[in-house]
Amino acid sequence: MSVNIAEFRHDFAIIAGWLPFGGKVLDLGCGDGALLEYLKSSLEIRGYGVEKDDANWLACMSKGINVIQMDLEAGLSDFEDQSFDTVILSQTLQAVHNTEGIVREMLRIGREVIVTFPNFGYWRHRAQSLQGRMPVSKNLPYQWYDTPNVHLCTIYDFDQFCINCNINVKERLVLTANQPVTFMPNLMGSLAMYRLESMPKK
Amino acid sequence: MSEINPSSLAEQSVGIVAAQTAHFEQPLCLKSGAILPQFDLVYETYGQLNADKSNAVLICHALSGTHHVAGKYNADDKYPGWWDNLVGPNKPLDTNKFFVIGVNNLGGCSGSTGPASINPQTHQPWGSQFPVLTVEDWVNSQSLLADYLGIQQLAAVVGGSLGGMQALQWTIAYPERVRHALVIASAPNLTAQNMAFNEVARQAIITDPEFHGGDYYAHGVVPRRGLRIARMLGHITYLSDDAMGAKFGRKLKDTIRYSFDAEFEMESYLRYQGDKFAGEFDANTYLRMTRALDYYDPALPFDGNLSQALDKVCAQFLLVSFTSDWRFSPARSHEIVKALLDNELTVSYAEVTAAHGHDAFLMPDPHYHAILRNYLHNIKVGEPS
Repeated sequence: MSVNIAEFRHDFAIIAGWLPFGGKVLDLGCGDGALLEYLKSSLEIRGYGVEKDDANWLACMSKGINVIQMDLEAGLSDFEDQSFDTVILSQTLQAVHNTEGIVREMLRIGREVIVTFPNFGYWRHRAQSLQGRMPVSKNLPYQWYDTPNVHLCTIYDFDQFCINCNINVKERLVLTANQPVTFMPNLMGSLAMYRLESMPKK
Repeated sequence: MSEINPSSLAEQSVGIVAAQTAHFEQPLCLKSGAILPQFDLVYETYGQLNADKSNAVLICHALSGTHHVAGKYNADDKYPGWWDNLVGPNKPLDTNKFFVIGVNNLGGCSGSTGPASINPQTHQPWGSQFPVLTVEDWVNSQSLLADYLGIQQLAAVVGGSLGGMQALQWTIAYPERVRHALVIASAPNLTAQNMAFNEVARQAIITDPEFHGGDYYAHGVVPRRGLRIARMLGHITYLSDDAMGAKFGRKLKDTIRYSFDAEFEMESYLRYQGDKFAGEFDANTYLRMTRALDYYDPALPFDGNLSQALDKVCAQFLLVSFTSDWRFSPARSHEIVKALLDNELTVSYAEVTAAHGHDAFLMPDPHYHAILRNYLHNIKVGEPS
């Protein structure tokens, strides 16, 4: 699976804007390493990726990216508490089984967490659902029978999840076709991007 | 940096090779407190050392390995060196780029000073008097070999299993002398179960009536039976249940005879391997190699904290484990990965899906070799001489 950097540049750029220069970054489900490579060249981050797929792992390593081959659902005990500036889960949340557990692990490992996911509430998805079909789109490219996605959610759902789990949303940005969406984001937005941290202790 | 196409250039053999011997007159102080007054290290090299001596790669061998890593001594040799599938022109460890060194560890039985060598003080074989060596001692002796070859810093140290422990130890003992460590199918120490196999193997040797307390050379015999059983046991643990199932299953050589002969193919394989090994390997070396495995535990001085043990390390790491390797399981490699991450070191870790168990590290699995090829490809070296 290759990712065309030009196609995703806007969400990469937003992620870069949320990171400290030279920061220590962990990208969970880092794919072929395109995001880490971009962040390394633009921000000189010290990056590590976690990837389970052989071909993706090899692509990362060949780019000179630090990459640990493991299934992130099998536990992240290789990583110490608060040992990263930022932990990223880029367009992988929807394919994770233990969603709450992974997000909690990310908040344990990183001082900040960035989560991006395709918004199931996007109007095109809703329109297809109303037509009696499972949605298929650029951000949800799979058919119902071959999708790795198990936990699709809307922006509204994820906001509620953060409240229920006592997670502080530092920033939220919503994109459609690489453009920011501010008007009715849960209806008009295709990709949701969250910057999270543990709720400060009172 | 990019992926390279393995089919773009044909892999070649390093061809006909010859071993060399480095003689060291200075005494070597061992971890045990014993001192080797003088010693030889036998080694082979492949490829050319470049002008700034920045392309040297040391290969550390495992339990029964030798300095003969690649190529053949004679064109009609039945087998090439033990890691010939890795080392050669256009192979993953490309001798067009790297100057590769294979060395026989001290205490070995392939030419380096070992228990069968003559003790200069008694003019008799060392036998039982040959000291028990450690991974630390081997690495110290290898660093003297690097000095001897005029190499200040190794581009990489590569090793599988016990060899991986040596690669790790290089980065701890000589942090400024190693740029990359490739630690394959290894562990930061042995588990009790793993040491238990070594103990059974040693007991097989030591209780062989022809062992004579380790001084069997003087009696003109070798403890073949013990060494044979030790090797048979080892072979079982190097393979996975699935690999043995696929290779032999319950296949009979002929028919059930209600005897204790080798009726199953698995039995004749183990017996063949045991006999072959007992005819070529030295029992005293086997005892010492397994003991070095048992003793290696760099975290021990730090109350078991491996992260602290790696505090001074600055090398970059590639770790590889194999899913079916139960003797050096992926979980053990993860312990090293975690300690490297704690020290914010440069590390990549691959868990290769493989059926062959521990032996997988010697197999030319395409994905495994692509990992090594691409990692080694990215190592920067100076201009050729």
